[in-house]
Amino acid sequence: MDDPVTRILTHLERLEAEAIHIMREVLADAQKPVMMYSVGKDSAVLLHLAKKAFYPSAPPFPLLHVDTTWKFRDMYALREKAAQDAGMELIVHQNAEAKERGINPFDHGPLHTDMWKTEGLKQALDLHGFDVAFGGARRDEEKSRAKERIFSFRTASHGWDPKNQRPELWNLYNAKKAKGESIRVFPISNWTELDIWQYIMAENIEIVPLYFAAPRPTYIHEGGLFMADDLDRLEKTMGYKPEITTRSVRFRTLGCFPLTGAVESTASTLSEVVQEMLLTTTSERQGRIIDKDEGGAGMEKKKQEGYF
Amino acid sequence: MTEQTGPGSSYKTDVLISEDIETYLEQHQNKELLRFITCGSVDDGKSTLIGRLLYDSKMIFEDQLAALEADSKKSGTQGQEIDFALLVDGLAAEREQGITIDVAYRFFATEKRKFIVADTPGHEQYTRNMVTGASTADAAIILVDARKGVLVQTRRHSYLAHLLGIRNVILAVNKMDLVDFSQEIFDEIVEDYRQFSSEIGIDSFTAIPISGFRGDNITEAPSANTPWYSGPALIAHLENIPIAATAAQEKPFRMPVQWVNRPNLDFRGFSGLISSGSIKPGDPVRVVPSGKNSRVKSIVTLDGTLDEAVAGQSVTVTLEDEVDCSRGDVIAAAGDPPEVSDQFESTIVWMSDEALKPGRGYWLKLATQTVSASVYEPKYEINVNTMEHLAAKTLELNAIGVAEVHTDKPIVFEPYADSPELGGFILIDKITNATVAAGMLHFSLRRAANVHWQPTIITREEHALLKNQTPRVLWFTGLSGSGKSTIANEVEKSLNLMNRHTFLLDGDNVRHGLNKDLGFTEADRIENIRRVGEVAKLMTDAGLIVLTAFISPFRAERQMVRKMLPEAEFIEIFVDTPLEVAEARDVKGLYKKARSGKLKNFTGIDSPYEPPENPEIRVNTVEMTPAEAAEYIVRQIMPLK
Repeated sequence: MDDPVTRILTHLERLEAEAIHIMREVLADAQKPVMMYSVGKDSAVLLHLAKKAFYPSAPPFPLLHVDTTWKFRDMYALREKAAQDAGMELIVHQNAEAKERGINPFDHGPLHTDMWKTEGLKQALDLHGFDVAFGGARRDEEKSRAKERIFSFRTASHGWDPKNQRPELWNLYNAKKAKGESIRVFPISNWTELDIWQYIMAENIEIVPLYFAAPRPTYIHEGGLFMADDLDRLEKTMGYKPEITTRSVRFRTLGCFPLTGAVESTASTLSEVVQEMLLTTTSERQGRIIDKDEGGAGMEKKKQEGYF
Repeated sequence: MTEQTGPGSSYKTDVLISEDIETYLEQHQNKELLRFITCGSVDDGKSTLIGRLLYDSKMIFEDQLAALEADSKKSGTQGQEIDFALLVDGLAAEREQGITIDVAYRFFATEKRKFIVADTPGHEQYTRNMVTGASTADAAIILVDARKGVLVQTRRHSYLAHLLGIRNVILAVNKMDLVDFSQEIFDEIVEDYRQFSSEIGIDSFTAIPISGFRGDNITEAPSANTPWYSGPALIAHLENIPIAATAAQEKPFRMPVQWVNRPNLDFRGFSGLISSGSIKPGDPVRVVPSGKNSRVKSIVTLDGTLDEAVAGQSVTVTLEDEVDCSRGDVIAAAGDPPEVSDQFESTIVWMSDEALKPGRGYWLKLATQTVSASVYEPKYEINVNTMEHLAAKTLELNAIGVAEVHTDKPIVFEPYADSPELGGFILIDKITNATVAAGMLHFSLRRAANVHWQPTIITREEHALLKNQTPRVLWFTGLSGSGKSTIANEVEKSLNLMNRHTFLLDGDNVRHGLNKDLGFTEADRIENIRRVGEVAKLMTDAGLIVLTAFISPFRAERQMVRKMLPEAEFIEIFVDTPLEVAEARDVKGLYKKARSGKLKNFTGIDSPYEPPENPEIRVNTVEMTPAEAAEYIVRQIMPLK
């Protein structure tokens, strides 16, 4: 007998093992699971973990992208490629009503997010009858998320009741639910932004190039710096042609291009991006406009209404 | 604003980040992960302490800090100073009430470790939340307000942390700034805490005087205000606490199967998170409960096959043979598999507004097994403030009790103390689907149903016949120092001279080997006796006359051993010595230790002794010498042949 030699697992190895365990647990009770896929870096990590969890099988569920039609073109490109590489079906849902009414980030403010994202997600889940949806939310993103369970229960109308969530002990998850109810599952709840970047680096995960600095056409709108990913459309919607300046910029989070603030940067490699992230003094979500309304309780209110 | 941390801090250094990011990343790529829980109430400054840890580790960004400053002025409790508590009190409803009512998880990191903090409320009505937070923690920080000292809630928090198996306890004496950093006050609180923590079974703890508000002894120790303190800073201590997942690698291999991986007809793998031990290809394994043996063929991951996998890793394993194995089964070391049973003694924490209904069917989930189970009427409820045992017919929200649990089919388990993964369970209401309770299995009340008896050719009768004797168990019971071992030795000597084949099982000796993993809690004492009973039974099967010298304080366990043996083979010998006499003798000095509180759960002092009601033989050691008592016993048993 050789001596037992303990091998100390790193924090990334343990976070990975936990996420894989969670994904596999979902399969035991779920009738029709789906993975919400936003094409961002957290989604990229989530997808990578799914591949690992079920290898050599392909992940036994489809990817769902709730599209707003306003995403960056680079995101649409990677979306198709990533699904194909993973051998997974890709479902793209666009809220038909939002499309018909021409809901856009400029004329409709918060309604844009509500209609395309919140309503769009509810529609997609109902339409396909998905009872469990994996999401890439993390507890460190925002104060109200710190108390979010890994298995988050939603009523038949997708509402979230913060007072009626199930305790999660050890690594035992209770995934039983009544007909009509659904669960959002967040396997990377315990990851921080730094963990995500370190993992992307260690595992060589492909992410949208927009995370790296490059000269891009930008404009200033209401004090924020944005990228003109589709200038014609911007002009059509805004009613005027914004003044374009080429700047070296990158993005810390990705969403709709007219809503996602760019940061001026020269960080063009992963380590430079992480370096910038560590030295920076503003939090990740600050680039996003949607969290700021409703004061400190903005995200919590959105969650109660069904935003994932 | 508070002062920044100076040199010596183990938090990330900006210099390295800006000047040599590659080196920095290299260093941080291989951190360990430690989970801990903070126990205390808002009044103890818990949220302030956590806010401080996040702040000092620069997990707070400028925009959050600006919001925090604004919030502090609006609803803060610290005047114009930054109220760190506002950083961590999350949900809108509780911000208004000023108390945290749920479990929140926070993250921060140093160069050595990433930390996950479970932040839970301290009030009694939130016992369930604390238990939830404690279930995954490697360590517990028990917060005490230096002005108030050890309170009822301190006891409760410590008890719950201990109940959930947390071995690393940190007593953080907070708000030292409000008592002028007085060493005397700190020492007094530590002494108080030492007293009662040992009573509830906490063997050791680390006490640190801190000020969450001012930052003393958080990142560096001693702080300028506490030159008298010689221990570690809180962070340094957290960086060195052993991690449970690492220790689990030393135990026998177990992997609860989550999912059978069948991408095609040629591949059949079993996916799971290894809960203990390690495996290599070729290792013999057993699928429990079926008992089928095989060997590990390969350990499959997306990154290629592995030479070895250890506790804490999620893997997919293929086996050499086509054995039946599905979700709920446990793949285990073939030579040391876990037990299977359907009746257990367990501690249960009730978590639902609707009280326990004894006898009702609940879903029980343990590892990857989900079965129907019912809970019997509790043996007792535990007062979490005083540790008193109370009679109970049910368990209400936040109540903790000990009760029998019966499952409708056998499940694979290990005692919680050995394996939280195979001993911890939840109960789920079958109608509402709510998680209504958490529980910890202690031991099986029944022998495994799926282990079959292998008949042997030479029977116990033939063994006995060859030795020309009737096998018996002479079970000596009595207080420590009553003279059990001395008398038993005398008896064995006499029997030996009479050409009897004997063996003496002595309490102390057995604890050096067979039972060295057991302590002196009630559960361990019961297990101690159960094992001795089984060994004695095997020896009588071999035809021996077995003498046992154990305190064996509980009637029920002596009765259990009696029932293991054929009728008349169990002879209970009560070595009857009054406590005063035994204590006056105190041959091993144990009574003295027990009286001074250094030894807990000592029979006769703080653990009961239940004398036999109808022993076959009683010897009074006040009236008889050991030799006389032995002679008397031999005379009594010889006619029995």
